[in-house]
Amino acid sequence: MTDFTNLGVKEIRDGVAGGDFTAREVAESFNAAVAAAAELNAFIVTTPDHALAAADATDAKRAKGEDLGKMGGVPIGMKDLFATKGVQTTAASHILEGFKPEYESTVSQKLWDAGAGMLGKLNLDQFAMGSSNETSYFGNVNSPWKKDGTNAAMSPGGSSGGSSSAVAARIAPAATGTDTGGSIRQPAAFTGICGIKPTYGRCSRWGVVAFASSLDQAGPMARSVEDCAIMLEAMAGFDPKDATSLQMDVPDWETALSSDLKGKKVGIPKEYRMEGTDQAILDSWEQGKAMLRDAGAEIVDVSLPHTKYALPAYYIIAPAEASSNLARYDGVRYGLRVLPEGAGLQDMYAATRAAGFGDEVKRRVLIGTYVLSAGFYDAYYTQAQKIRTLVAQDFEKAFATCDVILAPTTPTASFPLGSLNEDPLTMYLNDVFAVPASLAGLPAMSVPAMVNSDGLPLGLQLVGKPFDEQGVLNAGLAIQQRAGFDAQPEKWW
Amino acid sequence: MSESTYRIQGATGEWEVVIGLEVHAQVTSNAKLFSGASTAFGAEPNTQVSLVDAAMPGMLPVPNRECIRQAVRTGMAIEAQINKWSRFDRKNYFYADLPQGYQISQLYHPIVGEGALHIEADEKAGIPQDKTIGIERIHVEQDAGKLMHDQHPTMSYVDLNRTGIALMEIVSKPDMRSPAEAGAYVRKLRSILRYVGSCDGNMEEGSMRADVNVSVRKPGEEFGTRTETKNVNSVRFVMQVIEYEANRQVDVLENGGTVDQETRLFDPGTGTTRTMRSKEDAHDYRYFPDPDLLPLELDDSFIEECRASLPELPDAKRARYENELGLTPYNARELTAEVETFGRFETLLAAAAAKIGKPEAKVATQVANWALSVAPGVVKSLGDEANMANATAERQASILAMQDKGEISGGQAKEIYEIVLKEGGEPEAIADERGLKQVSDTGAIEAKIDEIIAANEDKVAEYRGGKEKLFGFFVGQTMKAMQGKANPAVVNQLLKAKLDN
Repeated sequence: MTDFTNLGVKEIRDGVAGGDFTAREVAESFNAAVAAAAELNAFIVTTPDHALAAADATDAKRAKGEDLGKMGGVPIGMKDLFATKGVQTTAASHILEGFKPEYESTVSQKLWDAGAGMLGKLNLDQFAMGSSNETSYFGNVNSPWKKDGTNAAMSPGGSSGGSSSAVAARIAPAATGTDTGGSIRQPAAFTGICGIKPTYGRCSRWGVVAFASSLDQAGPMARSVEDCAIMLEAMAGFDPKDATSLQMDVPDWETALSSDLKGKKVGIPKEYRMEGTDQAILDSWEQGKAMLRDAGAEIVDVSLPHTKYALPAYYIIAPAEASSNLARYDGVRYGLRVLPEGAGLQDMYAATRAAGFGDEVKRRVLIGTYVLSAGFYDAYYTQAQKIRTLVAQDFEKAFATCDVILAPTTPTASFPLGSLNEDPLTMYLNDVFAVPASLAGLPAMSVPAMVNSDGLPLGLQLVGKPFDEQGVLNAGLAIQQRAGFDAQPEKWW
Repeated sequence: MSESTYRIQGATGEWEVVIGLEVHAQVTSNAKLFSGASTAFGAEPNTQVSLVDAAMPGMLPVPNRECIRQAVRTGMAIEAQINKWSRFDRKNYFYADLPQGYQISQLYHPIVGEGALHIEADEKAGIPQDKTIGIERIHVEQDAGKLMHDQHPTMSYVDLNRTGIALMEIVSKPDMRSPAEAGAYVRKLRSILRYVGSCDGNMEEGSMRADVNVSVRKPGEEFGTRTETKNVNSVRFVMQVIEYEANRQVDVLENGGTVDQETRLFDPGTGTTRTMRSKEDAHDYRYFPDPDLLPLELDDSFIEECRASLPELPDAKRARYENELGLTPYNARELTAEVETFGRFETLLAAAAAKIGKPEAKVATQVANWALSVAPGVVKSLGDEANMANATAERQASILAMQDKGEISGGQAKEIYEIVLKEGGEPEAIADERGLKQVSDTGAIEAKIDEIIAANEDKVAEYRGGKEKLFGFFVGQTMKAMQGKANPAVVNQLLKAKLDN
């Protein structure tokens, strides 16, 4: 059997369309790779039959000369935050273990309609809360990467850690992610792949288990900018079932890709030069500037003065929304129910939620409940919303003088699993560069830039104007072409 | 503001009652506020529940335009400010009838701002003068489901059919001062809602229920501490709650106690209220803007459409009935109180005016008397024998037209209507076939008059000598001779002519 697992989205799609190989061959190849990679723990459930059925449908269409769709013949991993009809959907939480929805999320349905197939449901931080993929009820995900000279298990980032691990390990050509405060970009950076969070509202949230509604956005994770563009086109689009969905046409991002940045201005935010940032990260940032200058862009300094307030504001707004969004997991209608002998309704709630939610989820529900409480609301939530407005205004002002912003994705490279467990604040700091774009709802992408002296990948982040995914993708492409990032994790699983 | 004289007589003197009402009115709409599920009443449990209503993971609310439209129209009907920018908030609490774990409501920015509702003087009910009750706001929110505690020995069942149905919460200012005013307020509000068509006002089915806020004070003093009695579902109960609560509070205060700010429940069986939860147990609802929903922005064309679709409202209609149709204030009020009543009246008025061939204003009083007193009297006298399907506007108009032309008497009109109600058939034919017509044939009447004059020469002489009161005697004799079927006007005219000769 030929190994197709090194192929990306575009190569598979074009190869199947061109008759170089069949979609079934590709699906079988990835199904086998998934089955052999159990040690990564990237998948909570695998769905080889779904992948094969979709592949067969694509092959049948090709035989009839029909259009194969934007993702025709491409098997992908589906983050287990997307509801998939008849397939267990858990958000990596015990409280939803065994839950099989009667419905399919808009984004996953759009992907199946575009010809993609599903390899399985990808592990994640529980309810997408985490930056290391250690909060999953189904065990942590391992990164395929190892720090040079060590055998320590490394974090694939979070919350889309199953997605990043699977794509980096080449057991999936691409995967869906969701990004609330960096959950696509940080894991992409940690594993040397690309990931884009589009403008808030581009991808429907219908059928995606909610973490923080005003921030949650789905996006693709893949190994090239082109693949991200293709897959994002398949995922995006107005959905009348989501009141926050953008009523805009989906541009043809793939066709309009161009790494020629002549006439473009790239802003460098001085406030992102933070204490505690690795020197290697700062070096990669410098290299990024040089690459974009080489692509024809002008580099300009910009200021985002409220950056340092963004993370604290995020850790008020996101838990506040989460505390309310997660109230529905109460043991009454679906999922886990713990009913101690003689328990009343309130006892059942308490027992169910105590057993069903992990520690990080409980922590955030408690934080969120606290900041919304009478007497604290104005001091926390109202203030945080004001900061959110100021952060968005910072970007607006910066984009008056530049077209796209270049920054590091994370302050450090991946870290060993377990090393930050006792220190949630340091863990939260991992998203310090990612969160501002989330608060402002802006399109933002991470592309791999280089490996550090430990042999671990580092990512660069591009943040664009509202709706300008194209500008972000183009700048990402310019970096991709110049960085020549071709490092691969050595297979140990 | 004209003040009510309603007082509680306490041991320490008179107490005044202060009342504010929060009325929850179910919005008339085929679909729920944020989901496409049906709102029909009385369906099998859990058959009208969408994925959104059941709060399945990843489900999202999408506002139903019709519910918003009805709230805006209602706001316009109470002369309220319509807020072009409003927002939905989440009210968070855990309960088994609340799948989301929060109710989507509008705390901070309601869709409708301040307005007013006018109640009319009603001496008999204890409202000495017309009064305007201020309305604080109307906001839109989701209803909760229903728990059934009698289906299983140890468990409660949940019916989510009602979950997510749109409610308008109409909050009054604490402007009412007596049970009668509160009763009049609820009746008037119900009437307006039904005119507008934004709520069916069916209190038995729970389409309208009130939270009753009551406090007492010595006249002229500051407001006292209030209690809130929840979910009161009839006008009578609202009045009972106020009466009971006011007296209870006076007792508490006069015995040296303090009124606790608390939520209470009404027991219709005993007419009393009891504590449901105290302030200490009050939920912290952790209101915050619903991040699943964008702010609600109403554009001018939407608002104009709402305004244009408003019907003539009770106050305007009543004024028109008095000023243009010339009806008495009593008749105007009776006819405009309910949608059904004025609807039937206006249909009958149009039909009668057409049949009679006169403008509506000329026949309105006759039609109003028929509609409010004559016709209901006939129906009542028949009891079960009346088949109301026979009582079409056309048939009633025919009766009125015959009466107007003098073809039938008032008594005959009733008789014909009785037959119509019992047997059906067309009034003209009934009048012809059953001889229920007045005789206007001057020849026949003259013949009888001549006979009567001949037989009563002494009385004729007395009459002609100045005893004019005897005219009534001749009328009576003539009518008797005509077996009551003579047209009285014709009889009068002929008698006058003959006697005065």
